[in-house]
Formats: sequence, structure tokens, C-alpha cells
Amino acid sequence: MFRAAAASAAAALLVVLALMLFKIGQASAPVWSKHAGELLTGTRWAPSKEIFGGLPFVFGTLVTSAIALVLAVPVGVATALYVSEFAPRRLRGTIASLTDLLAAVPSVIYGLWGFYVLVPTLRPFQAWLARTVGRVIPIFGTPESGLHGVGLFSAGVVLAIMIIPTISAVSREVFLTIPREQRHAALALGATRWESIKIAVLPAARPGIIGAVILGLGRALGETIAVTIVIGNVPVISKSILSYGATMPSIIAGNFPEASGSHAQALLAIALMLFALTLLVNILARVLVRRRVA
Amino acid sequence: MIGTISARRHRKDRLITRLSAFAVALALIPLGWILYDVAKIGLKAIRSVDFFTQGPPGDPSALGGGIWNGILGTLIIVGLAAAIAVPLGVMSAVYLAEFAKPGSRLASVIRFFADVMSGIPSIVYGIFVYTLIVAATHSFSAWSGSVAIALIVWPVVMRTTEEVLKLVPEELRQASYALGAPKWRTVVQVVLPAAGAGILTGALLGLARGAGETAPLLFTAFGNQFVSSALGKPMSALPLEIYRGARTAFDPAIQRAWGAALTLIVMVLVLSVGARWLLGRRARALS
Repeated sequence: MFRAAAASAAAALLVVLALMLFKIGQASAPVWSKHAGELLTGTRWAPSKEIFGGLPFVFGTLVTSAIALVLAVPVGVATALYVSEFAPRRLRGTIASLTDLLAAVPSVIYGLWGFYVLVPTLRPFQAWLARTVGRVIPIFGTPESGLHGVGLFSAGVVLAIMIIPTISAVSREVFLTIPREQRHAALALGATRWESIKIAVLPAARPGIIGAVILGLGRALGETIAVTIVIGNVPVISKSILSYGATMPSIIAGNFPEASGSHAQALLAIALMLFALTLLVNILARVLVRRRVA
Repeated sequence: MIGTISARRHRKDRLITRLSAFAVALALIPLGWILYDVAKIGLKAIRSVDFFTQGPPGDPSALGGGIWNGILGTLIIVGLAAAIAVPLGVMSAVYLAEFAKPGSRLASVIRFFADVMSGIPSIVYGIFVYTLIVAATHSFSAWSGSVAIALIVWPVVMRTTEEVLKLVPEELRQASYALGAPKWRTVVQVVLPAAGAGILTGALLGLARGAGETAPLLFTAFGNQFVSSALGKPMSALPLEIYRGARTAFDPAIQRAWGAALTLIVMVLVLSVGARWLLGRRARALS
């Protein structure tokens, strides 16, 4: 009896995942049968006219996540490297717990702080970027809708802050699985500490670090509330990363409560796309991390 | 040794060490910055005890009032979520750690998908519970919010509990079997109590995460500007108060959002630091 109860609790987890796919799929089915091609490739989103192009959200999700990765990967991996290889022993625990604390801050607080503190701080920098680099490279140019501070770039920066703890915690674990002896062997041959890491640690840790980065990516793709607050939540595809934008989760969070009929179904379809995307990304990441850590 | 290593290689070694120390500083600056701002602006917003005992005034542009609707909502929604997720998480972990055969195919598939599940965006759980419960009952409700939060907490509790169960020494189980106790009694009366502190840690960590979630509540508990404790009706929660406050143009409502943010961050940090402290004590006791 007890065994059966325990087994069914564990198996229920798989049932729930399957049920999620089924229910969200079923609820969005009518809009898929009419607008499938449009949802996946259409660039215009005008729910009042029954136009449901999903590409602006895929675009916004990918661009903000890419900005986040560019900023967070070097910082996250280097932090992990410092904690596992360079830090004085008594500092290790402290730094590790502080980065974990960063992960414990609720996303709505990142959003509130991002909107009222970070965005106003970043705005002059964005204006400067648009004035200088933006004249030559259009992705930093002044957007057609004007420079507002909120937008893809700000969302990317907030996401970067939020995924650093994920990347650094997982990379740290990966570094710690590599036997000390391998480093010692390199050191004994006359390598400096960095050389021993380059020879003995990084090559072995590579798949695990890639896994850590993909886990961070998964978190960035699905992060909702903070992004909804700082991105402007306007469905446009702009040449400039300083422009307003919207992501798959942000448009659902922003519009679903007021949506009805086919508009609501289209948002459910976006949710299904988000679910499928993050499912794939997380499966990939876990396969990579597991191969290393297990 | 220094003599055999060229100065250039040495410089590079020092440079990398400093760069990675600099990265640590970069990673931690936002933490200090956020905590400082939330404390500073939040404290200003909390003018009196009323802030914790009253609901918001009906008019968002009015000063005064408080976030009691959000505090009570978070306590109820997260409490009910814990009542669902902790037994479910502990039972699934018991299966994985105690009953599944070592190397069992099913167990490793479940473990794998528990990890995958904790990476699924929380808004997807909100949408799922909306289609499952809210659409069927035609009403936003506090309990549907609890279900959404429970789904997020479940894999966290399950994975941490499994880790602690593995730490319980095999001798304890053997001793219990030797006294003639069947497996289930051994689990309930010997293994689970021995792992108690660790399980509590997992539960607290899961709840700390659940208490901070906004996205799963948007289409389930929905929010309520009035103080409500009815499980079948819309209910507010601290994250919802912060989210709505951050998106209004009224300064008093924005102030209340900062006050709510300070309240929430203290709650979440106490839960997660407390959990880690318990875990640390536990690890020392076992070693």
C-alpha cells in the first residue's frame, strides 16, 4: 500500500507533464487549426483584427536571452572559477551563498527595481550608445519608436543579473567534480595555476559548462514578470536592440488577463510554443550536465 | 619554482585571478544594490503598523492603507501549496530513494523529468492551471493559485528530500528490519524522522521559491484589492501587489509596492537563509 502510494506520487510527476502538454494544446487547438502558419512565421500581431503573427515574440525572447547570455556567461563562469579554484578557502562558502541569495530574490522585485532604478541608470548610456556606435551599427541605433529606456536591452540586462546565479552555481558544481589530482599533476609539471586549469580542468568541464549555460538560457527564455515590467511589451520587430519589444512570456502575462475568444486562444498557443521550447532546452541542458556531474 | 616559470606566464596567471575576482564583484553588485534600494525606499513606504494590518485604500492615488490583503493571501496560498506539495514531494522522494531498485529505469526517468520540470517557466504552470481549473470552474480562485505554486514546489521538495534520504545510514534501516519492522514502518518511523531536518530544509527552500512567484498567480488567484480569506474567490498575494503597483502611474500605489517588496524579500530571505542554516547544522551533525 505504502509502496504503491509512493510510486504513484512519483509517477504522477510524469502524468502532470503529459497533462500540461495535452491541456494547453487542447485549449489552443482551434487557433492552431486556423492560424498555425501565421503563429509560427507571421510578423504582425493585431488580435482585434484576428491577425496572430507570433514572430515578434519569438524575436523578443531570442534577442533578450542572447543579450543576457552575452553578459552573464563570462561573469557567471568566471565567478564559478574564482570560487572553485582561486578564492581563499574561507571566502568560498561566503561567495557561493551570496550568489545563491541572488537567485532567491523574487523576479517581481527584479522587475520593480529594474523599472525604477536600473532603467533610469541605463538610459543615458543607451542614448550615448545610439549617438555614437548606433550611427554605424544599426542594432545599437535609435529605434523608430524613439528611445525610452525600457526595451529589449534593459530586459536583457535584468535577465543577465537573474541568470548569473544559475550559470555560476551549476558551473561551480561541474568544476568541483574534476579530481584535484588532475590539477596537481599539471602543477607538478611546472604549470602555473591558470595553466593547470586550462590543461586539466576546462577541457573536462566543457560539456558541463555548456549545460550550465543552456540552463541559464532556459531560465532567460521563460522569465516573465521582470521582463514584462521593463520591456515595454509592444509586439514589434525592430532593427535596434534599444527598441521596445515583447517576449512570449511577457505578452501572455501582460494580455491574457484581459483577453477573450480567439485572442485568448492565440495567447494559449504562444504558451504552448514557450512550453515546447523550454522543454527542449531543459532536456538538452540536463543531458549535458548529467553526463558530467553524475 | 618561480625561477623556472617565465615572468610572462606568471603575469597571465595573476591577470586571470584578478579578472575572475572582478567577475565576482560584478555578480554581487546587483545584490547589494537591490537590497539597499528595496530597504531604503521600502522603509519610507512603511509609515505605521497600519501598513501590515490594513488593505489598500480603494483609490490607488490615495495615501495610507497597507498590504494586509497581500500578506494574508501569500500566507494562505503558499500554506495550502505546501500542504499539497510537501507530502507529494516527500512521497515521490521516498519512492525514488527507498523503493526503486538501484539503476531502475523508471526512477531515473522520473528524476530526469523532475529536473526538467523545475526549468519550465512558472507562467506555463499558471496557464496550465487556468485551463485545468479556472476555465472549468469559471472563476479565479485562491486554491487554483495554490495548485499552480504546488506544481512548482513539488520537484524542488522531491529532489532535496531524495538527497537527504540517501544520507541516512543504511545501518539504521538494517537495525529496524532486525527488530522485525516491515519496510513501510522502517521508512515512516526510522528513515523519515532521521532525515527530518533535511526534509524541512527542502520544504522551506521550495516555499521560499513559491512565495516569490507572481506569474503562476496572474490567471489563477488573480488578485483582490480587498482582504479576503475565501479559497474559492480571487485572492491577492504580495507578488501580485508589487506587480500591479509597479504598473500604475499613482505614486502612493508605487510606494506601497516598494513596501510590499521589502516585506516579501524579508520573508523569502528568512525562509531560504533559515533553510540553509538548518542544512548546515544537519550536515555537521551527520559528519
